[in-house]
Amino acid sequence: MKFLVRIGLKEAILDPQGEAISNSLSSLGFENINSVRQGKTIEIDLDETDREQAVELVTEMCDKLLVNKIIENFLIEEPS
Amino acid sequence: MRSAVIVFPGSNCDRDLAHAISVHTERPCNMIWHKDTALPKDIDIIFIPGGFSFGDYLRCGAIAANSPIMDAIINFAKKGGYIVGICNGFQILTESGLLKGTLIRNSQLTFICKHQSLIINNSQSIMTKRFSESEEITLPIAHHDGNYYAEDETIKELEDNGQILFRYKGNPNGSKNHIAGIMSSNQRILGMMPHPERAVDESLGTTHGSKIFKSIIESF
Repeated sequence: MKFLVRIGLKEAILDPQGEAISNSLSSLGFENINSVRQGKTIEIDLDETDREQAVELVTEMCDKLLVNKIIENFLIEEPS
Repeated sequence: MRSAVIVFPGSNCDRDLAHAISVHTERPCNMIWHKDTALPKDIDIIFIPGGFSFGDYLRCGAIAANSPIMDAIINFAKKGGYIVGICNGFQILTESGLLKGTLIRNSQLTFICKHQSLIINNSQSIMTKRFSESEEITLPIAHHDGNYYAEDETIKELEDNGQILFRYKGNPNGSKNHIAGIMSSNQRILGMMPHPERAVDESLGTTHGSKIFKSIIESF
């Protein structure tokens, strides 16, 4: 069972990487950019058939390692 | 003072730190590999060195904070043990929850490697007792993710309790309240981004780091 964990910086946290990307896109001529935020995606393939159990496990992984909740938000997705 | 330096894959200041400790204590310190699960008996203080543990993968210090040795370190902390984390060691202490807040990417994105002026904000800690209040010192900094961040409530708590030990003069990396080093509320867990172990010999340009090690040693 595959999951995608999408991790992004909270709105209040400065994202200098996103800003650098935004500036670079602007210099390439892309206009009308309001903002760019950079996050990360972690793909997890679990040997688990019970969906509820699997989501619980991935959530626990986020709590224990994948996410720093002081600065980051996360979303668990199942790829279609 | 019986000390231990914890070594992770990617630590690169462990030997500098061990050298700085042994020069000042005139006794060797224990080098502990991160896969060990127990600390030597009768250790007074643990040092967590700088470097790039696990290649800074995921977040700086996040993977090291879950290494096998960390259970023993957290137990040591719970019993009131003294722990000092420098640079990546500071990041590991915040990631493990032993110190509040976190260290994020420098605000201007560059890796900063230079001698930096710092202001002693609290000269009552085991690291700073040889300094006077508001004294200006110089120590090397070398980091990409040294921008100290915590929620406003936490920052206020650190300020009110005198837990901020060092502040940057100026603000090279965007840290909240210019924070360069803090301690826990029980004053026994200390973390700082600057490198005192790189400032213990005249040939290195500054010996202000020596005063930090002497402060620590005379506390035991």
